[in-house]
Amino acid sequence: MTTAIETVTAAPPQTSQPGEPHGRAPLVDPALLRAAITDSFVKLNPRHMVRNPVMLVVEVGAVLSTALLIQALAGHGEAPTAFILAVSLGLWFTVLFGNLAEAVAEGRGRAQAASLRRARREIPAKVLAEGRHGGSWAHLPSGMLRAGHHVLVEPGDVIPADGEVVEGVASVDESVITGESAPVIRESGGDRSAVTGGTRVLSDWLVVRVTADPGQTFLDRMIALVEGARRQKTPNEIALDILLAGLSIIFLLVTASLLPFSAFANHAAGAGAPLPITVLLALLVCLLPTTIGALLSAIGIAGMDRLIRANVVATSGRAVEAAGDVDVLLLDKTGTITLGNRQATAFHPASGVREEALADAAQLASLADETPEGRSIVVLAKERFGLRGRDLGAAGANLVPFSAHTRMSGVDLGGRRIRKGAADAIEAWVRSQGGSMQPDVREWAELVAREGGTPLVVADGARTLGVVRLKDVVKGGIRSRFAELRRMGIRTVMITGDNPLTAAAIAAEAGVDDFLAEATPEAKLKLIREHQAAGRLVAMTGDGTNDAPALAQADVAVAMNTGTQAAKEAGNMVDLDSNPTKLLEIVEIGKQLLMTRGALTTFSIANDVAKYFAIVPAMFLATYPALGALNVMHLATPTSAVLSAVIFNALIIVALIPLALRGVRYRPIGAPALLRRCCGATC
Amino acid sequence: MTAWSLAQITLALGVLLLAAVPLGRHMARVYEGQPTLLGRPLRPLERWLYRWSGVDPEKEMEWKAYALAMLAFHLVGFGAVYLLQRFQGVLPLNPDGLGAVEPTSAFNTAVSFVTNTNWQGYGGETTMSHLTQMLALTVQSFVSAGSGMALLVALIRGLTRRSTREIGNFWVDMTRSTLYVLLPLSLVLALALVSQGVVQTFRGHATATLVEAAQGSDGSPATEQRIAVGPVASQIAIKQLGTNGGGFFNANSAHPFENPTPLSNLLETLSILLIPAALCLTFGIMVRDRRQGWALLAAMLVVLVPAILLTTAFEQGGNPALTAAGADQHASAHQPGGNMEGKEARFGIASSTTWAAFTTAASNGSVNSMHDSYTPLGGLVPLVLMQLGEVIFGGVGSGLYGMLVLVIIAVFAAGLMVGRTPEYLGKKIEPFEMKMAAIAILAMPLAVLVGAAIAVALPAGTATIANPGPHGFSEVLYAFSSAGNNNGSAFAGLGANTPFYNVMLGLAMLVGRFVIKVPVIALAGSLAAKKIAASGAGTLPTHTPMFVGWLLAVVIIVGGLTFFPALALGPIVEHLMLH
Repeated sequence: MTTAIETVTAAPPQTSQPGEPHGRAPLVDPALLRAAITDSFVKLNPRHMVRNPVMLVVEVGAVLSTALLIQALAGHGEAPTAFILAVSLGLWFTVLFGNLAEAVAEGRGRAQAASLRRARREIPAKVLAEGRHGGSWAHLPSGMLRAGHHVLVEPGDVIPADGEVVEGVASVDESVITGESAPVIRESGGDRSAVTGGTRVLSDWLVVRVTADPGQTFLDRMIALVEGARRQKTPNEIALDILLAGLSIIFLLVTASLLPFSAFANHAAGAGAPLPITVLLALLVCLLPTTIGALLSAIGIAGMDRLIRANVVATSGRAVEAAGDVDVLLLDKTGTITLGNRQATAFHPASGVREEALADAAQLASLADETPEGRSIVVLAKERFGLRGRDLGAAGANLVPFSAHTRMSGVDLGGRRIRKGAADAIEAWVRSQGGSMQPDVREWAELVAREGGTPLVVADGARTLGVVRLKDVVKGGIRSRFAELRRMGIRTVMITGDNPLTAAAIAAEAGVDDFLAEATPEAKLKLIREHQAAGRLVAMTGDGTNDAPALAQADVAVAMNTGTQAAKEAGNMVDLDSNPTKLLEIVEIGKQLLMTRGALTTFSIANDVAKYFAIVPAMFLATYPALGALNVMHLATPTSAVLSAVIFNALIIVALIPLALRGVRYRPIGAPALLRRCCGATC
Repeated sequence: MTAWSLAQITLALGVLLLAAVPLGRHMARVYEGQPTLLGRPLRPLERWLYRWSGVDPEKEMEWKAYALAMLAFHLVGFGAVYLLQRFQGVLPLNPDGLGAVEPTSAFNTAVSFVTNTNWQGYGGETTMSHLTQMLALTVQSFVSAGSGMALLVALIRGLTRRSTREIGNFWVDMTRSTLYVLLPLSLVLALALVSQGVVQTFRGHATATLVEAAQGSDGSPATEQRIAVGPVASQIAIKQLGTNGGGFFNANSAHPFENPTPLSNLLETLSILLIPAALCLTFGIMVRDRRQGWALLAAMLVVLVPAILLTTAFEQGGNPALTAAGADQHASAHQPGGNMEGKEARFGIASSTTWAAFTTAASNGSVNSMHDSYTPLGGLVPLVLMQLGEVIFGGVGSGLYGMLVLVIIAVFAAGLMVGRTPEYLGKKIEPFEMKMAAIAILAMPLAVLVGAAIAVALPAGTATIANPGPHGFSEVLYAFSSAGNNNGSAFAGLGANTPFYNVMLGLAMLVGRFVIKVPVIALAGSLAAKKIAASGAGTLPTHTPMFVGWLLAVVIIVGGLTFFPALALGPIVEHLMLH
């Protein structure tokens, strides 16, 4: 086995196409195929075959027929030597083609994982003796790092292992993982503290606490999932194996009982010769569900591979299947349903205030505000009234930054004290200044909120000037995506910290089925538990430490790679692109995996049963010539019937390898329509 | 096929469906412990039975306890039936002085009645005393049927309950099945049959002096004939209703004292399928989705109706060998025509073939015509109906739980194809369920194929095959199909009352019954422990014509096609050689 793995890892990795999992890249490149062919012989080892009961029976049949061939070569053949030779070859190729399918799938998956793994070549790590910045450090190869080690990473250094930032702030280039060229900020504490091995620090320094032993990282676990020998079967695969084994035993009984039945028939008819064992072996292999037996593990591996191609790392095959079962998707509003930031779209002045005056005050209050919301106000003021940015420093302005306590920001400029903030915060401010909120401003604020916007009230001293309407921008195309999900039978629930009014308006605009407003971690957890108690499977994405309990509770939990270590540990998948919309793709990959398995099972059984009608009448022609009437396929001789069935049986496996690897195409149409389509395709 | 035949078939099916609806409702009430019309008179008796036997009706069982109770109950039943046969010579109610039954025959009969097969290797009126007929055979006819119904109810509970280990109390399910369903229906049917002339007496045989002396079986001249009578009506009622099929007389319901008139024939025909059909509807009510019950009933009818029509057409078509001999088999104003060999003239083709299809679709096994004398394809239909695994109606309870096992297998592949891990009625189908389902579907081919293979390979098996060639093979195949599927009908022609066949068929019956029953109880237990997944647009619907078609494909692949090679060597080649 080890040799096989090495051969394949040596093969050049497949070019990855992040975000394009259904891409029609060439299925197998020649080097990978060569390695896979070698591998399929290595896999003939019975210790490997025992994992696959159907193919093990075929292999035993192949060994038996080879023994019969040797007997025939010695001159005591029970049937013509050429016939036995042809059947033996047919059986051996059936086994080899099955192995080939698995080897190709493994090779593809491994190549994909290897391209990720290249990021983690051995690099010297600076291990801090005392675990804090400024202490002494010593070089240690990254392969020797253990969980709990503290390492120093300085500009230009590659982060040697997955870990958590305990000290420092730095910009990090994570393009090896995400393909995104813009650097990201990583800092200790909070939700941006996780770093991934292989990424590079561009500026400043970090002290990173290593969180995983070598071989235990997400990537290592994922690689193990695509390697056949170490891959654990999912419960669904085990159940299918049991069904296939049951069918195999039935067909074994059918074939074995034919020996005495045909002997009795020969005796009763006074004609015909005993059935050769070779023919019975051929019949058995034709009846066995070899197509699905041969492709089953390839389908599972290919599913994991499609997931890696989508830049998602899963900790178990089970999680991928569960994704196909998901009934409810919990989606964070920000970043998933709406663009990350709200934008100013209108000024609503109070009565007696010109709109331009409001815009001017709002712009002044926002000039120092570097948040996207603040910048959008400046942009809107410029667009509407041509108001240009002013140099506040020269004007001797005193900037009042946003604080969680006051929940306002603004500027003190030449006696003007301009503030902007949430309605209740500004109301408290004007009251403290001896004024009061104008009634029409309050009305505007309520109206904006009801319409799904966020009202930002602007005040100058004790006087309220009006309302700036901030609006969540719903991502383009998301509405149709949710409609698709609804047709698939999946409910979408939007999670947001907004108040119920705002939440309801956005929910309606985005077309989600339900929403959870003013969501706290506890409320999220409760919602998941409620859905689960009602028998639904819940999927969610999350990145923060406070998401961890909900992630752990959800059936399918996708943590963002940019998220905290706690979130990653709690989830069962990590999205390397940190793209919350990926959840939809993951669901499709899960469904596709199950559908491919189902379609090939059905095809295999229907196809094997059809071979009955080719072989059985031909087998007994010598005993009962009358059975020729059933020879609907008009096969010339019994041997040609048996041989053509065996050859077809082997070749169909090869023909279906591409389908097993690429998967059945999934379309979001309800279950009955899917079944109809799948049946139509297989039968 | 004549218009008259069609009318008879339509009448039988129409009345069956009409009667099944109220009975289905009644049984749902019985098993859900709701008050029924029969509760007032029978409830005190039920309570007394529990008190007397020390059963706490409120205490429910886990699946292992349920299975053990079931096995223990049948073991005791087996012992009782065996001993009654062996000691009937010294026991009362034996007016004809019949001696002990031969040990292997007694074993075979005991197994046969305990497993609801009611295969009769013996001739009833010349072998069994009245006491044996009543206390051993009739009692087992009731309780073996009741046990099948109890198991079905346990399985339904497994499907409807969530996160529990308990699936009901075997003793309660058993008692309620017998007391509220089987006994009242049998009582009504027995009285109706008596009104038609079915005998019911404790007396021994009547003697008639022959007008013309005939030759006895030992070659000596016979001047008088013994006409066997006994407590017939009471046994026939449950024989039909409980899908038992073990008649009082050797000729079963072809005998005029078991089935004298067209009306008695219609009643007996309907009784075969009444409870199995109604149980489908009971199932729908108990799972709170009646469409599920109708879907299963529809699946069964889709197989049954063509089967009736085909057999009728094959039999009406006549036997080319008889045509060659100069017989006119065409229907005309003077004769109904068709292959009348082995059929009662008072029933004709349609009533015989409808019965044949009913009795083999259900695992009843009673006959009113001799299947051995059917044309090869006419006989193929009953054979195939049994080999489908007795899930097209099948035995009371056992047919539906067998069908539900196949539903689980059907749902597995179809569920995957809609992109979800498979589930039925919200219950996920996982490795344990699949293991139990696989064992259950393996049992029948194992019993039938291995049994038949041994029989044709050993001289002890081939010695008593009466017909040469493919027909002889069909007889052996039919015998094991009948035993392995707990049907009990016979293709005659095969001397089956030999130690070899008594033992082999006995074993086939045991495997065919209990190797399915125990996994089904385990299935009930593991399903009950699961949560119920919510259903939505992504869930596979299991009540649509699409699913019914899918299910039937699975039934045919798992049950029917297993036997295609064997059938090719039997009835199919026989048919081809005949034409």
